[in-house]
Amino acid sequence: MRQGIFEIFSNRALTANVYELKLRGDTGAFTAPGQFAQIRLDGFFLRRPISVCDLDGDALTLIYKAVGRGTEAMTKLAPGAKLDLLTGLGNGYDLSLCGDAPLLIGGGAGVPPMYLLAKRLIAAGRRATAILGFNTAAEVLYEDEFHALGADVRVTTVDGSRGAKGFVTDALPEAYSHVCACGPEPMLRAVYRATNTSGQFSFEERMGCGFGACMGCSCETKYGSKRICVDGPVLKKEEILW
Amino acid sequence: MVNTKVSLCGIELDNPIIPASGTFGYGAEFAKLYDIDCLGTFSFKGTTREPRFGNPTPRIAEAPGGMLNSVGLQNPGIDHVIEHELPEMKRYFHKPVMANVSGFSVEEFAEVCGRLDTCEQVGWLEVNISCPNVHGGGMSFGTDAKMAARVTSAVKRATRKPVLMKLSPNVTDIAEIARACADAGADGISLINTLMGMRIDPRRRAPILANRTGGLSGGAVFPIALRMVWQVYEVVDVPIVGLGGVRSAEDAIEMMLAGATAVEVGAENLVNPFACRNIVNELPAAMEKYGIRDLNEIIGGAH
Repeated sequence: MRQGIFEIFSNRALTANVYELKLRGDTGAFTAPGQFAQIRLDGFFLRRPISVCDLDGDALTLIYKAVGRGTEAMTKLAPGAKLDLLTGLGNGYDLSLCGDAPLLIGGGAGVPPMYLLAKRLIAAGRRATAILGFNTAAEVLYEDEFHALGADVRVTTVDGSRGAKGFVTDALPEAYSHVCACGPEPMLRAVYRATNTSGQFSFEERMGCGFGACMGCSCETKYGSKRICVDGPVLKKEEILW
Repeated sequence: MVNTKVSLCGIELDNPIIPASGTFGYGAEFAKLYDIDCLGTFSFKGTTREPRFGNPTPRIAEAPGGMLNSVGLQNPGIDHVIEHELPEMKRYFHKPVMANVSGFSVEEFAEVCGRLDTCEQVGWLEVNISCPNVHGGGMSFGTDAKMAARVTSAVKRATRKPVLMKLSPNVTDIAEIARACADAGADGISLINTLMGMRIDPRRRAPILANRTGGLSGGAVFPIALRMVWQVYEVVDVPIVGLGGVRSAEDAIEMMLAGATAVEVGAENLVNPFACRNIVNELPAAMEKYGIRDLNEIIGGAH
């Protein structure tokens, strides 16, 4: 973990309530896709944890959904503004477990961390399939970006307004070496049941510190209690109590 | 040169700054960020007899100028603390540490304190009496002067180490509880624990915390904590550890002027992981600003 000041160079809406925030600063503490940053916001006590969508040198891309007063305030942040971030938080995905043909599944606001994961896997010569699930066409984000990486991209929408109609589990390929998923818990549970390989699942919880001090985000696993912020957010399939 | 050394129940502290229990774990996360030997000491995560997972999540919520938590005393239990956490702590902290103890019966408090009595790393026992008494209809030990005194006496019989009774602010008369603890033999009083509060999610029309209510901490509670330290200083002769919403060296000085011998810093550690190191570093300049050569001069200095 590091604490650092980042400068905003863009903050734009991707959909009605999902925003892409691009920052510049010291990204050296990030070691794996699936990690997150804690953002300090004026007028709020707790930092806001946001997962990393992309990293490129000193450029950091975070995608966030405006769901509460804190993230709504983030939508007003302007280019040039400085933000205090804790970086390099969480364990992230272990690429060494992914095999030759990993399956990446993102649902809604769980899509962004899959981008850096896909980028790193493809750079390492793996054949990555990305299933991106949304409720409707209006919520679809980063489809072109995933295509540009060279991933096999499958978009699903619940109402069928874009891509295949249905849930992410309706678009599973026949064969894959490993599954990495991030999204709402009902989606994670469905993916857990519908897939038959090893896997890594990223969880969300309200956090106090984000670095393991407060025990605010604990969850029970097969191997005892874990803190989502430092022992997660990515848990291996075999440790999840489902 | 200014003097930041104070003596807490006969043990010298290089400075009065102490990270508060529940906001610093066992120190390991912070020791990766800075040398935590710069602290006066720290109060480690509240320990019970049995391991506890704590309350269901969500157990953290935003509040104006602070936060709510309903962690519910998650800890690995006294055996694990003695066998694993204390030996591990030796690698990165080299001063007497403060052990925070919780219990759900008088016997549990005494037993856990008795187990810690033989741990040479432990300098002080800080006894958290804000938890519910399972034999007393769930009412908190800390809201009843007689029960607070009974826990104090039982703990004092179980250990020779100095005992600080950590008080709940959720009471009508904090001075009465403090006096009862001091009369029962407490070597010191630490206050305040969190104030009970709640938040509601308007979208779900339900409390944010799964436990419904939680404890408020952070800058918002500082004036309340300061007032209660002031009130307790008026009625007890034992040293006081003041905590509640402290964020800066100047806040620490205010706390000491109200009557605190040492000052704990809680919620601020969670949003600013360098908070305690910064306060320690800023303390000499803040003292010079107010013409303080020796912190011992100002304890209770506003009375």
